[in-house]
Amino acid sequence: MSRFRKDGDKETPAVSTASLPDIIFMLLFFFMVTTVMRETELLVKINPTSAKEVQKLERKDLVSFIYIGEPVKSKLGTNTRIQLNDAFATVNDIPEFIVQEREARDEADKKLLTTSLKVDKGTKMGIVSDIKQELRKAGAFKINYSVTEARDD
Amino acid sequence: MRKTPEFNASSMADIAFLLLIFFLVTTTMDVTTGINRKLPPPPDPTVEPPDIKDRNIMKILVSRSDRIMVNGKPGDLKFLKQDVKEFMTPHFPDDANYPETKEIEVDLLGVVHKSKGIISLKNDRGTSYDMYIQVQDKLAVAFTELRNEFAQQRFGKEYKNLSDDQKQAINKAIPIPVSEAEPENVGGK
Repeated sequence: MSRFRKDGDKETPAVSTASLPDIIFMLLFFFMVTTVMRETELLVKINPTSAKEVQKLERKDLVSFIYIGEPVKSKLGTNTRIQLNDAFATVNDIPEFIVQEREARDEADKKLLTTSLKVDKGTKMGIVSDIKQELRKAGAFKINYSVTEARDD
Repeated sequence: MRKTPEFNASSMADIAFLLLIFFLVTTTMDVTTGINRKLPPPPDPTVEPPDIKDRNIMKILVSRSDRIMVNGKPGDLKFLKQDVKEFMTPHFPDDANYPETKEIEVDLLGVVHKSKGIISLKNDRGTSYDMYIQVQDKLAVAFTELRNEFAQQRFGKEYKNLSDDQKQAINKAIPIPVSEAEPENVGGK
């Protein structure tokens, strides 16, 4: 026993933490890459529905969102409301919204503009139909019903 | 030789942690999946709607209480896919219970029998969005399966593994003729 001690008065070496930053950086990069900064704050509750046959939404920069659901703040009632950008809106505001969204894009991309409808599960189709009619009139034919992918059952 | 003093890297982890936590908090794993659809242009009042034979049309109505009617008979979401698949499968020789077929010539496939069937989807203003999406999804699944089966039969591959030309050929032979009726207020407000 004393034989080992003889070599000197060494302390147990501390665990090297030199690789810790690397590990953290790795996680950091993962989150940086996957992060989508939410550009609008949701004013309506959206509990998305799910479906089996879904497609990935490509070119997120060419998507304009319309949110439909009950207001988050309960004092605003439980009637279904439409949110465009940062504010509540009505169906009549949609043509102008589409024009604005078009103006903000390059000429070449204007045709590719997709309108994504983020609609709460419990919403009645009436309001959705109204929006679709407005979109048709405004010439925004490409739409996307935002849903999550359902697992196989 | 004197050693260059090593700089103390232990605070590096803290800095990285700080950034990490910032991104963790701001991350919103957004839903980026959805169902893509193309809306039809607004109806032209000068053009008469084409006359379609009754046997060529499958009417799906979703009521305000989220119940389904298929051709006037009560239907079920569970059987909808099967119904649509059966309806859209080209029947040759002609069978009066199914839509008519048309012979068309398609590149890569030659002459194929294409069903003239049309699916008309109508919903009430009171139908829930969830139900509407479920019905849309069932239709999409039915057509995907039809295309898959046809692709398997002709090319021995699943639809998604085909080349673009082959996909186009299949799309031509099995289009997705789903027409959404102009919304109607069937059941009152």
